[in-house]
Amino acid sequence: MSTRLPTGGRLTDRTYRVGFTFNGKRLNGFAGDTLASALLANDQVLMGRSFKHHRPRGPVASGAEEPNALVNLGEGNRFEPNQRATTTELFDGLTATSQNHWPSLEMDIGAINTHLARVLPAGFYYKMFMYPRAFWKHVYEPFIRHSAGLGKAPDAGARDADRYEHFYHYTDVLVVGGGVAGLMAAKAAGQTGAKVLLLEQTAHWGGRAPVDGGLIDGQTPETWVTSVLNELHAMPNVTLRNRTMGAGVYDHGYALGYERLTDHAPDLDGPRHRLWRIRAAQIVTATGAIERPISFAGNDIPGVMLASAVRDYLVNWGVSIGDRTVVVTNNDDAYRTAIALKKAGLDVPAIIDARNYGGGALMAEAQGLGIRVEQGRGIAKVLGGKRVTGVAICNQQGEGAILDEIACDAVAMSGGWSPVVHLWSHCGGKLDWDEAGAFFRPRAEAGPTGADGKPFVSVAGAADGHMALASLLKDAAQTGTVAGNNAGFSGQTSAPDATDVPEKPLEPVWLMPQGARYDLRMKAWLDYQNDVKVSDVQLAAREGYESVEHTKRYTTLGMATDQGKLSNINGLATLSNALGEAIPEVGTTTFRPPYTPISMGVIAGEARGPLFQPIRQTPIHAWHENHDVHWEPVGQWRRPYCYPRGEEDHAQAVIREVKAVRQSLGLLDASTLGKIIVKGPDAGRFLDMLYTNMMSTLKPGKCRYGLMCSENGFLIDDGVVARLDEDTFLCHTTTGGADHIHAHMEEWLQTEWWDWQVYTANVTEQYAQIAVVGPNARKLLEKLGGMNVSKEALPFMTWVDGTLGGFPVRIFRISFSGELSYEIATPAGHGRALWDLLYAKGAEWNITPYGTEALHVLRAEKGFIMIGDETDGTVIPQDLGLDWAISKKKDDYLGKRAQARSHMTDPSRWKLVGLMTEDGSVLPEGAYAVAGGTNANDQRNTQGRVTSTYFSPTLGRGIAMGLVLNGPDRMDEVIEFTHVEGFTVPARIVDPVFYDPEGEKQNV
Amino acid sequence: MSEPISALRRARYEGFVTVEEAGLQGMVQIRGDFDSEIFTRAVSSAAGVAMPAQREALWEGRQGLLWMSPDEVMLLCPYPEADRALARLTNDLAGTHHLALNVSDARTMFTLEGAGLREVLAKLAPVDMAPDVFRPGMLRRTRLAQVAAAFWLRSDTRAEVICFRSVAPYMMELLSTAAATGSEVGLHGD
Repeated sequence: MSTRLPTGGRLTDRTYRVGFTFNGKRLNGFAGDTLASALLANDQVLMGRSFKHHRPRGPVASGAEEPNALVNLGEGNRFEPNQRATTTELFDGLTATSQNHWPSLEMDIGAINTHLARVLPAGFYYKMFMYPRAFWKHVYEPFIRHSAGLGKAPDAGARDADRYEHFYHYTDVLVVGGGVAGLMAAKAAGQTGAKVLLLEQTAHWGGRAPVDGGLIDGQTPETWVTSVLNELHAMPNVTLRNRTMGAGVYDHGYALGYERLTDHAPDLDGPRHRLWRIRAAQIVTATGAIERPISFAGNDIPGVMLASAVRDYLVNWGVSIGDRTVVVTNNDDAYRTAIALKKAGLDVPAIIDARNYGGGALMAEAQGLGIRVEQGRGIAKVLGGKRVTGVAICNQQGEGAILDEIACDAVAMSGGWSPVVHLWSHCGGKLDWDEAGAFFRPRAEAGPTGADGKPFVSVAGAADGHMALASLLKDAAQTGTVAGNNAGFSGQTSAPDATDVPEKPLEPVWLMPQGARYDLRMKAWLDYQNDVKVSDVQLAAREGYESVEHTKRYTTLGMATDQGKLSNINGLATLSNALGEAIPEVGTTTFRPPYTPISMGVIAGEARGPLFQPIRQTPIHAWHENHDVHWEPVGQWRRPYCYPRGEEDHAQAVIREVKAVRQSLGLLDASTLGKIIVKGPDAGRFLDMLYTNMMSTLKPGKCRYGLMCSENGFLIDDGVVARLDEDTFLCHTTTGGADHIHAHMEEWLQTEWWDWQVYTANVTEQYAQIAVVGPNARKLLEKLGGMNVSKEALPFMTWVDGTLGGFPVRIFRISFSGELSYEIATPAGHGRALWDLLYAKGAEWNITPYGTEALHVLRAEKGFIMIGDETDGTVIPQDLGLDWAISKKKDDYLGKRAQARSHMTDPSRWKLVGLMTEDGSVLPEGAYAVAGGTNANDQRNTQGRVTSTYFSPTLGRGIAMGLVLNGPDRMDEVIEFTHVEGFTVPARIVDPVFYDPEGEKQNV
Repeated sequence: MSEPISALRRARYEGFVTVEEAGLQGMVQIRGDFDSEIFTRAVSSAAGVAMPAQREALWEGRQGLLWMSPDEVMLLCPYPEADRALARLTNDLAGTHHLALNVSDARTMFTLEGAGLREVLAKLAPVDMAPDVFRPGMLRRTRLAQVAAAFWLRSDTRAEVICFRSVAPYMMELLSTAAATGSEVGLHGD
């Protein structure tokens, strides 16, 4: 059984007990435990079920690379699936449940899959679910969604209870990894005077050196780490951050750090996670190495673990995985585990060394402790189901004939070490295959390059393939110094002396025994998380998969939350052996950020709740909110759609609002309309180029409606232009157009007409703008007093400055409704007070605030087009019958040339008409007019479409506008429009101006 | 005459940095040729301070100039004085191609006070806020989270931020969230 030893555990504090629950069971651990170490201390080796076969699984590693020990963590609003027990720091009150089983972890019906392994081979999904096609949606997909997947999704009603944030940071040198190499590199870089940021993903500095031992400058690694940390803390130019993972490296020295602030202590104030958005001149990755499993039958049975992990649990947390541990290895490092176990008083029945030549000094030490060493041997299979009960031994060179069985309750395996090259590779760093170490290591000269064409990432220590302490520290000191120098600083740091035990070379072992029979191979796991076995990769190769990327997707090797941190190299080697190619020939799959999954919350940062998106508010926003407004989002603005009263629904409210405007008096918050000042001696000339019609001839004091097109001829915006003085124009744009039309103007001024004397300014937000609309509009303004707004003093399409009812205003006599209408602009700080005054004084005419829907109906009744309804980026003004607004006199304007091209002048372009249904009903939005016959896709031919459609309260029937083939020539013709219910609706082609075609109402 | 109001009427939040809406603030947007002596002299004398260099803010009491772009500065003054400053500029620059507008109502100004203000800004803007890099008198036009903004340091413990008026409620919430006690990064400041 796995248990807590009476002493030991350099990271735990045995004076402080921590209570937690696993699957509802109350358990205890110590401060400093991880969830995994605490569960192991409680003999809970079984922590989950595998993804496909529902195999019982326990942890195989002790850190970020762990594929098995994934749990559902927390409850309710703090529930999170797929959390690694090995990187979850224990805290009082932690609740965890295991994943992917039913009904319970111990008794899982899905485990039947393991007996079906022969029918769940590589590519099972692709083979099984192709046919019959109709089964996918209704049978296969629901089934897969139910049975696959690891953790549960949070409850639909749950809302993340925590806060998150981003933090921008700039540094000369970023060092990722706080092991001895990272500390050394940070010190060396810091001593050049460069600003250094050092990140460590765990809570502890020093990495695994304190566990592995050795001497640095005559000190234990632990003592050395403490003294270097003290030095680094004393350096003002060095920043250290633990519990912060270097998550990704991107172009131009950009990197992400993932800081976990309260995961270990949820009661702390402040954000849970912080995303460091780092810009570094140089990045040093000191990300260490990960031990590889060995592929032998039953290597996934709980109790089989990486040798380094067994050592970690023993030294760091005082936990033994079993009383009797068999060590199996192809290198000297695993002997350290055997020695450590033996010295802790635990039994090591045997070390199975696949090498005929055995190990070096460490082997001698182990033998000196009385440990039996079997050279040239391997494990044929592990015995046991939910826990290891023993191993069967065979010759490594054979097919698995059993020589001996050894009873044990744990297996510590080591297939060698792979440098963590992920961050090096994220942004394109290249790798070389190292024959001696049997791993990929960074090719120093082929790192990701910055703007200067030189690599901005370098690698230090074990991540660079330096596994021995002395060479590792030397490499790290050198790398740190060079990074500081490359960032523009100078200085030199020498590495401390370190002593290493001489080791014998590793012998690559990609399968144990090397000739394992099929029944052994199909129990030899490569990828624990996805249940990919040696036999699956071999099958894929036989089926013709040669590319490693294809094989990954076909077999699912290296997918899911661990992205193959343990399995990739073994899988590649298996594939290359099956293909008869060298490993570097096969290559690796792509390393993509983040290194391990980061929370969705931290990606969103502060952007949630009220900060999810900025909502732009007019100065009158609060009034609307207090008057039962129904909002409509328009760009980032909120505009009133309508103001329902009492029991009214929206349609009834709109009808009331439209009638009030037509019959008496309406009030509209038009503040969101774009307002751009264009000023300079060339302003008129500039506007003549921007608008299709002539603006330079406009007289000061007057207004003119204009159309703006892109250089491709398509209509992009419209609005009223007012000439303020000889040099100055005020251009109104649509609400959504303000920013991009301003940018459009600046682009043309800065790139094409840079020598024209024109300045522009977007003054949209300087003014609140209120439309007073309806037959009684003038009476209201006269009641406020202060300005002459008579027909004579302020005729249609003019403007005037003045003081209205005590407010500084500019009044535009313009109309988008067809009624007598004034748009009153006042500085935003006055907006709310002016609105309040207008509303109060208008009571005698039953003044009615109206929203965007009434505005739309009013304009549609008048046949006015709306950008975004009648236009969709493919419509030119000529399509809309707006030829009157296109100057024939001008030599040029943006879009003129494009509008002369053959497709634009094609008489068969659909053109704007009005549409009235025969039965008075409202045509569906976007409905198509059908024509005879079908097209090549067997769809009915079309001859037009609806662009705007409303119920007109004024006419008491549905009205619409649409683009129709030869429409203006087909007045009074009835055509059929599609309806979503399947039938068609007859509608008559009419003039688009439904109301007051002479314009008498607006011109009173 | 009606009395204008600012967007948030001096809303205030106290976290590890104090955030306050600064109330009404006179602002005159000025564009012109920085190489023209007529222009720079007129701007300087209207503002009462010298022309700011690139990404610089200069002030003297409540008067000041913000560098906004290679051809744009923003004049700061008490709200009621903006029209007077504008009239003076317009007069001095008659016949010189320029643009000058009273835009006092288009934007909202916030103040940040406290030693941690660099951290508050570094949570929201892609700007190096290190004390040796971003010093008092420096200005950045950038974004804070999702909205356009400009900020400058009056001192190591006081910053001023401007954004468009329509997003003032968002900005207040944003700055307050970033300044919440317990979320100190522990990097800049104390």
